Amino acid sequence: MPESALTAAAVIFLAAILTNNILLSKFLGMCSFIALSRNMKTSWGMGLAVTFVTVCTAMLNYAIYYGVLISAADAALQGRPAPWIDADLTHLAFLVFIMSIAGFVQLVEMVIERFSPVLYYNLGIYLPLITVNCAILGVSVLMVDPDRKFDFLATAAYGLGSGLGYLLAICLMAGLRAKLEHADVPKALRGLGITVIITGVMAMAFMGFTGVVDL
Amino acid sequence: MEYVYSLLVLSVLGGALAALLLIADRFLCNYGPCTINVNEEEPFTIDGGCTLLDALYAQRIFIPSACGGQGTCGFCKVQIHSGGGPTLPTELAFLNAEEMANHTRLACQVKVKEDMVIHVREDFLNVQEFTAVVTDARMVTADTREIHLDLKEPAEMDFRPGQYVQIAVPTGKTAEYRAYSICSKPSEKHKVELLIRLIPGGLGSTYMHNVQPGDEVVLTGPYGEFAMDEDPDSQIICVGGGCGMAPMRSILRHLSEVQPDRPCSLYFGARTSRDAMYMKEFEELSKKMPNLHVHYALSEPGEEDKDWDGETGFIHLSVQEHMAADGKRQAFLCGPPLMIEATMKVLEEKKLPREKVFYDEF
Repeated sequence: MPESALTAAAVIFLAAILTNNILLSKFLGMCSFIALSRNMKTSWGMGLAVTFVTVCTAMLNYAIYYGVLISAADAALQGRPAPWIDADLTHLAFLVFIMSIAGFVQLVEMVIERFSPVLYYNLGIYLPLITVNCAILGVSVLMVDPDRKFDFLATAAYGLGSGLGYLLAICLMAGLRAKLEHADVPKALRGLGITVIITGVMAMAFMGFTGVVDL
Repeated sequence: MEYVYSLLVLSVLGGALAALLLIADRFLCNYGPCTINVNEEEPFTIDGGCTLLDALYAQRIFIPSACGGQGTCGFCKVQIHSGGGPTLPTELAFLNAEEMANHTRLACQVKVKEDMVIHVREDFLNVQEFTAVVTDARMVTADTREIHLDLKEPAEMDFRPGQYVQIAVPTGKTAEYRAYSICSKPSEKHKVELLIRLIPGGLGSTYMHNVQPGDEVVLTGPYGEFAMDEDPDSQIICVGGGCGMAPMRSILRHLSEVQPDRPCSLYFGARTSRDAMYMKEFEELSKKMPNLHVHYALSEPGEEDKDWDGETGFIHLSVQEHMAADGKRQAFLCGPPLMIEATMKVLEEKKLPREKVFYDEF
């Protein structure tokens, strides 16, 4: 049965959260995950910021990649409308993606500082570090994979799903770490050690979703 | 042709993003003019967006700040009755429960975004900015320099012994302030003497070790809450280490003028005899002050100290040995945090009430 674009997007959205979780399946975005998951409020704030940046940059980067960077020949091969520039500029992809992510993160920083100074200070250095969060660049790079054949809606869904998947994972971890405070963790494993072990166990747990949906 | 396109794409994208951010900055970071009311006096208006500390300095209200607004010294406490927003995590480390209850905040961490009503200590409103000229400078130990400043405009400063000033260290277009205790006596109102130890890479100490006689220096002051007991029977106990000598010298020189019979003790800890400064000066002073007892203790006497017949070990042990266990006393401590901690324990053992102990640790 032919899939409509909306169904495809919905499937991709769910898959990005559960089976292909950017953090737990692909292990991208770990450093801010480990550093900020101590506190539930900060995790929530960080997760939302990452989601916002991921969605917006995924859509922007899609527009730039397929509107400008891709060559006319490749576009024709993939059945897409012709880009503005005929030449193949895909070698600029990484640079362009990083630039747009950096710009967006600056914007998010300004908005957060204006409307919630407490969150701004709680996020501290990790807010500008969203720029180099490999999860966000990972979403942009993965969505332009020619084998996946994502259209705009699918990209937006993928971006949103990845962001929410990150949010889910970081909030789960924050909850677990809150409970860890009362647990008897062996001295050598306290802090980073037990956190990474738990991340691994969570990743295995998420593997249980395999087969529910597939990307 | 590809190269041209690559350059074009990158430039256009960069330009577009920059334009977007500029527009956002104009709308999001523009707080408009804000009115600040200090101590119920005439309020002043300033463009929002700067920190409260900068706003006050621009208005010539020089509250103390030893770290240049980075939130590491905790000196710039003010009370904000309205318009400050929530207390930030960077401030929590410096505020105790009482301060949080009466709306005390760190001025360097509060951004001016709306109209504010604040209260600063009355002392701070008396602080002025002075321009001074270096008249003399000499090294008293291998790394400590004694600097004499002559006040030009205003020409006199009223200060109490034990207080400190803030030197404005020029950093490009602006200045960062660093605090140093005054070691001259209050009766000489037109001059300020400072004792500064060179800290490798330190902003203030590098600047002050390089100024030469004739150079102009800008400073604000006086600051400091130490108020000496006027009672002529109360014993003054000064315990210092390193360049903690500065405020002690001010206190003792002041006493030699106004109360030469006052019982006082100076305990000074240094590593070797080369770091024991002003020994001869205090010997002379004890001739004028019969009740002054001076104790120097070397903690790491070396080869050159073979002839040292004074005490050795840490200074708080010397305090433990010589200090009387009762009587009216007031203590002033100035030196490294570990020395202050150890000495505080000894003073507690000697039953000196906490409110009679004052210390400076910067």
